[in-house]
Amino acid sequence: MNMPFYVAPEQMMKDRADYARKGIARGRALVAVQYADGILLVAENPSNMLRKISEIYDRIAFAGVGKYNEFDQLRRFGVRNADVKGYSYSRDDVEARSLANDYAQILGQTFTHEVKPLEVEILIAEVGPTAAEDQLFHILYDGTLVDEKGMSVLGGDADAIAERLKAVWSATDDLATALAKCAAALAGPDRRIASDDTEVGVLARSNGRRCFQRVPDEQVRAILGS
Amino acid sequence: MRVPLFTSEHDPGSNFTALLKMVGLDPFGSTKGVEGVVAAPHGTTVLALRYADGVVMAGDRRATMGTRIANREMEKVVPADRFSGVAISGTAGVAMDMIKLFQLQLEHYEKIDGRPISLEGKANQLSQMIKANLGAAMQGLAVIPIFAGYDLIRRTGRLWDFDITGGRYEEREFVATGSGMGPAATVLKVGYRPGQSATEAVELACRALWEAAEVDAATGGPDALRGIYPVVATISADGWRAIDDDELASVFERLAAAQRSGREAAS
Repeated sequence: MNMPFYVAPEQMMKDRADYARKGIARGRALVAVQYADGILLVAENPSNMLRKISEIYDRIAFAGVGKYNEFDQLRRFGVRNADVKGYSYSRDDVEARSLANDYAQILGQTFTHEVKPLEVEILIAEVGPTAAEDQLFHILYDGTLVDEKGMSVLGGDADAIAERLKAVWSATDDLATALAKCAAALAGPDRRIASDDTEVGVLARSNGRRCFQRVPDEQVRAILGS
Repeated sequence: MRVPLFTSEHDPGSNFTALLKMVGLDPFGSTKGVEGVVAAPHGTTVLALRYADGVVMAGDRRATMGTRIANREMEKVVPADRFSGVAISGTAGVAMDMIKLFQLQLEHYEKIDGRPISLEGKANQLSQMIKANLGAAMQGLAVIPIFAGYDLIRRTGRLWDFDITGGRYEEREFVATGSGMGPAATVLKVGYRPGQSATEAVELACRALWEAAEVDAATGGPDALRGIYPVVATISADGWRAIDDDELASVFERLAAAQRSGREAAS
């Protein structure tokens, strides 16, 4: 009988975490902040078709960084669960917290039991009736669930971006001001991100039932310059 | 009934009904194995017509069960999404469920796929739902909708009516269904002018419902006492817009005044 090589659990987890972190760090980052009318999500994304930011439900948005096929599968999972829950109970019963828990379970399970961890970090944002009730759930590749206040940064170089953003961010900024600050924080001091490579979405309290809206390219260009 | 993460061969794609079936919530399964004919409240008389910039949809508010008025303020004309609407005559409960499912299907597709279904695709989806309901229809639970909307590709208003088997027929000018369809369609036929304005089309729709309510007991007329008026909406390039009750009240006031003066002139 062949005996498998013994690998200490600490080492195994560390290897997996390194693998996932490397995969995520290769991709571009994404930020979400509260602004005057809700939550603003900004991603550096050269593609106009493969989205990082999208709508889950009336007040809930999804954002993911890392491997596209993996976070897109998680996005579909979220849309499906939200729609089925809203269908069998009520639209009021769909909330970010339970969805974020489901995601944490999936990512945690995959991290410990599968051969390869998911190389993604995701964010579930919910805009509340007032700014105090806004929620940002940041879920890491190993299922760690973080309930963040005011702003959240995902992806490679997250710490540096968060530091830059924290220095200027204010929850009462209007859309244009908040977007300019986010884009500057994403780019850093030595770089500028072209507005065409910026994907922007909002969860706006003033949008009616479906709060999520993509900010059109023309508007992004007008705010950031081309 | 939590939805699992699907493997690629089991993935239901953007089809919401298929997804519901996979998690054990078959929306059309409830009447299977039920024998005989079921009596349930019915909704009646809905219509749609084209005008210069799109379509007008309208429907009365009454639901009846035999000769009893089951509900006075049922909304049988509702937006399906921003650029389309659905109006339903037939068994109220089944119809409401179908509308809910249809609205969800359109939104679900849009979210999963990242873009909305074409207007014709939406009509086709509704047609498949009516077809799936055929078993229930044979037990007296038929639903006959009208679907109308603004086609963003062709830049025009379009409308469809359906039969009980899911047959889908695009109409060029107008359509009315439900128990008051006879008088309503006659009014529309006489009053219809191609390229008429929204105001004219709304007034014509109101007159058609008024005449239907005059002769059909199952169709509710404007109820000034309770402030209940038919649902009337326009759908154009700007999307769905419901006409508010004050505006409808004045339209019906004008119609009533015209009838009064007509009668005085005759005597």
